[in-house]
Amino acid sequence: MIPPSFEYVRPGSVEEAVSALASSGDDAKVMAGGQSLIPLLRLRLSYPEVVVDVGRIEALRGVRDEGDHLVIGAMTTHDEVLRDPLVRTHCGLIAEATETVADPAVRHRGTFGGALAHADPAGDLPAVALALDAGFVIEGPGGRRTVPASEFFLDYLQTVLGPDELLVEVRVPKLGAGWGYRYEKFHRVAQSWAIVGVAAVVQRSNGSIASARIGLTNMGATPLRASATEQALAGADLGSIGDAAGHAADGTSPASDLNGAADYRQHLARVLTGRAVTAAARA
Amino acid sequence: MTETVERPARENAVGQPLRRKEDARLVTGRTNWTDNIVLPGMLHMAVLRSPMAHARITRVDVSPALARPGVVAAYSGADLGDANGSIPCVWPVTDDIVMPPHRCLATDEVRYVGDAVAVVIAGNRYEAADALEAIEVDYEPLPPVLEMPAALQDDSPLVHSESGTNKCYTWEFAGGDYEAAKAKADRVFTRHYVNQRLIPMAMEPRAVVANPTGPGGEITLWSATQIPHVLRLLLALVTGIPENRIRVIAPDVGGGFGSKLQLYREEVLAVVIANRLGRPLKWTESRSENAQVTHHGRDQLQEIELAVTNEGKILGLRVDLTANMGAYLHIITPGVPILGAFMFNSIYKMEGYSFSCTGVFTNTTPTDAYRGAGRPEATFAIERIMDDLAAELGVDPIELRRRNWIKHEEFPYTTISGLEYDSGNYEAATERALELLGYDELRREQQERRDRNDPVQLGIGVSTFTEMCGLAPSRLLGSLKYVAGGWEHATVRVLATGAVEVVTGSTPHGQGHVTAWSQIAADALGVDVDAVQVIHGDTGTSPYGMDTYGSRSLVVGGMAVVAAAERVVEKAKLVAAHLLEADPGDLEYKDGAFSVKGSPGSSKTIQEVAFEAFTAHNLPDGVEPTLQANSTIDPATFSYPHGTHLCAIDIDTETGMAKIRKYVCVDDIGKVVNPMIVEGQIHGGLAQGIAQALYEEVVYDAEGNLVTGSLVDYLVPAAPDLPSFVTDRTETPSTTNPLGVKGVGEAGTIASTPAVVNAVVDALRPFGVDDIRMACTPERVWRAINDAKSRGGERVAEGTVAYGGATTDSTAGGAS
Repeated sequence: MIPPSFEYVRPGSVEEAVSALASSGDDAKVMAGGQSLIPLLRLRLSYPEVVVDVGRIEALRGVRDEGDHLVIGAMTTHDEVLRDPLVRTHCGLIAEATETVADPAVRHRGTFGGALAHADPAGDLPAVALALDAGFVIEGPGGRRTVPASEFFLDYLQTVLGPDELLVEVRVPKLGAGWGYRYEKFHRVAQSWAIVGVAAVVQRSNGSIASARIGLTNMGATPLRASATEQALAGADLGSIGDAAGHAADGTSPASDLNGAADYRQHLARVLTGRAVTAAARA
Repeated sequence: MTETVERPARENAVGQPLRRKEDARLVTGRTNWTDNIVLPGMLHMAVLRSPMAHARITRVDVSPALARPGVVAAYSGADLGDANGSIPCVWPVTDDIVMPPHRCLATDEVRYVGDAVAVVIAGNRYEAADALEAIEVDYEPLPPVLEMPAALQDDSPLVHSESGTNKCYTWEFAGGDYEAAKAKADRVFTRHYVNQRLIPMAMEPRAVVANPTGPGGEITLWSATQIPHVLRLLLALVTGIPENRIRVIAPDVGGGFGSKLQLYREEVLAVVIANRLGRPLKWTESRSENAQVTHHGRDQLQEIELAVTNEGKILGLRVDLTANMGAYLHIITPGVPILGAFMFNSIYKMEGYSFSCTGVFTNTTPTDAYRGAGRPEATFAIERIMDDLAAELGVDPIELRRRNWIKHEEFPYTTISGLEYDSGNYEAATERALELLGYDELRREQQERRDRNDPVQLGIGVSTFTEMCGLAPSRLLGSLKYVAGGWEHATVRVLATGAVEVVTGSTPHGQGHVTAWSQIAADALGVDVDAVQVIHGDTGTSPYGMDTYGSRSLVVGGMAVVAAAERVVEKAKLVAAHLLEADPGDLEYKDGAFSVKGSPGSSKTIQEVAFEAFTAHNLPDGVEPTLQANSTIDPATFSYPHGTHLCAIDIDTETGMAKIRKYVCVDDIGKVVNPMIVEGQIHGGLAQGIAQALYEEVVYDAEGNLVTGSLVDYLVPAAPDLPSFVTDRTETPSTTNPLGVKGVGEAGTIASTPAVVNAVVDALRPFGVDDIRMACTPERVWRAINDAKSRGGERVAEGTVAYGGATTDSTAGGAS
């Protein structure tokens, strides 16, 4: 539990961070809250030559209102996110899911952007970002670009972020009137990762469901959308949620591990999707 | 004559829920953990561990590590030569037990993942850890032996090839005549349970600091240990260093649960290497090492059989255990299941009992004592089969127990395993527990949920447990081939100023001895609790002791405090009588002062007497100066706490998630010294017992790698995962010690596991489920609901090894 030695850089601005990354090539690791990276270092599963600690870049912190979007700085801690009045008012799903992340100690250190950039499919926030159609604002040597959540996650722990790029903020569309949401997390002890999680947002219209977006946690190498269920729910009445949820695991191939074999995970995805959509539709 | 002093009557401290004296310091971080200790010139040790479960070592070359920055020394087992000592097993349970060498550093073969191969000594932890990577070891892989039934086959590869067998021992025991009882029985009910392997996972990992620069060549070892006294003796035996030149100190110790009731390789290595280098040396375990190499607990395959009448009267009991020793024997590895042998019959009357246990070597981490040590395993099996038998007979599980338990008017009662239970009242504890749970109401709700096929099913589990505390009568330990005694020592001193020192050999590691001993001594001497200072945990200041484990401290160590304090009062009485010019027989001692019976006007306080004993100016002839006394107590017998635990659990049948709705326990631990400490012990004990039922389980992969090697995969429940416990007590004083106490350190853990699993199974009986393997994970519960015969499956994931290799096919229960 002792990390190998590495060079440590603590830039004061996004520009400095990007240039530090650019000059280090593939051998640098960005450290945000350190809640994933430090355990990897201590277990000697990761041997970066340079650790770029972005924890002191004030510009990356905080939540602001940009009309139809909220913009959440990448270095905003989980605890700040879940207590933020703007997040609670306009993006309650994020607050609800963030409350389930690990334990209070981790939530005070871990960051919103760090959790997304780490891209652990068992993490709660990637599926939430997917369900909310969030946009990922990335800065590199060539400037800024915004990538939709549906394109951000490439594979297990892999994203579109280049080695010289930094996730700086996340743009989250506000849920308007008529939308409900729910995050259903299934885990054995409070501080553990989800065996399966389901993030659902549902738009109601005249007692039926106008549209729904559903993100699945830990059902594959990346967070996934339950597309077949979403299609079945579009325009459907509340009585058909169960049937639609039966398609939640279609096309998924989740891992089998200590916490659940693949068939059990698929079963859980269907049950939890039914519960999440029902709750979101009633909210 | 002295002047008259009006002294207010003093309230007894024993029985008061006093806040622990220890806690202000502990919770504000003003602690002295072993890893906090820094000595001038101190070096750091790191241990290279085997990545393979079983391999022949063909070459170890530490020289590349010596070239690394900061490295002072590096050793393989061969480099240490004769100093590479062997960890002794002090409980050879049979004459023909197989006890292979257990060298500090493996030299010929490695036998589990984590087996120590070499060490590096460097200037700091980082340099030591980096240099480990430079050591070159060539391994020739050997087939690992991971499952107990396979290990006992004739063609199995051998963990210790020179032994010619993987069988460590078979130990047998009988009470009455089981075969005769069976012949009279209407039914014979056999079940196969599995008590899975657990990691004790104390909050503070192990740590040692060895300082060889003491006066007179003394070496001091600070260790995060439960047993500084036993450790000193064992270190002397293993290293050859005279016992009087070793001082062992257990500073603040953050929990042990049996895992620090041990002599570990790193303790020996630190002493030997620090001596060799002449410099202080520290080693602190990582959490990964803690999971991998600090001894594990439990791991038994249990075949249990009840011979009963059709009315559910138990006539006989047969138990056949297979117990996993792991790769090596640690200090009491073979004895742990034997401690349980006397407890399978529990609170029930019967005519015949047959017990057999076979210990088996496998290429896994060694096992040894874990909270309860043999008794939780026994309680689990008997209480599980009682609920299963009740279901089989169609009798309420409480009623089945009533038909078999020892009635309160039958005490003292000698059980079929030969123990004399001095006291108990199972009826009273059970009645109170049923009332607190609302048993009848919940049974009604359970039926309603069953009738309407509710997706949430309710189960109620019962555990009417007893256990044996107060390890242990030395003669009995001798008869069981244990090589030490079970006594405990205390010294009580009243200093010149009247301040009181209590020296105890029972070394705490979180239990609250300082507070409890203060309460006991304060009452025995008639002084304030705050006047008492408790000294412990250092062989330099408390030279005699047998330390803390097996819920022994109060019932043995506490009694030594009482006896020593009584001797102090006896001596003080001689001095007071002299000062009061009275006959000692005419004095009475009350509230800390001596007075002449019938003439209360003149008195001498214990503090005044202590000052006289210090100056020695005016002592009666034949009385030595100073006011102090020792006592070494060897308990005449065990004590037997008992209680009734009831668990109501909700099962979400759609997901398999089990959630405890209500947990009620009514414990009878005799007289209580500090109810707040007792409550804490019960809560913590329940958490650990519930953890075995629902959360914790050691899993190895097919190569013998520990899969549950971190807290990500080994799920230790915390406060949010547990219900609010409903606790109460009945109080049937023990008749075998002056305070009437019984011990409480393990009760919650012993009792709760079967209560919870019984509740899970009870909820699912309508689905045909008669057992679910621990831990009752949501996936296992879900699989059992969908396929009752699977019992949730033996393995948590394909290709893993759990349960020492139990298979579902061999677990068929039912009547014959």
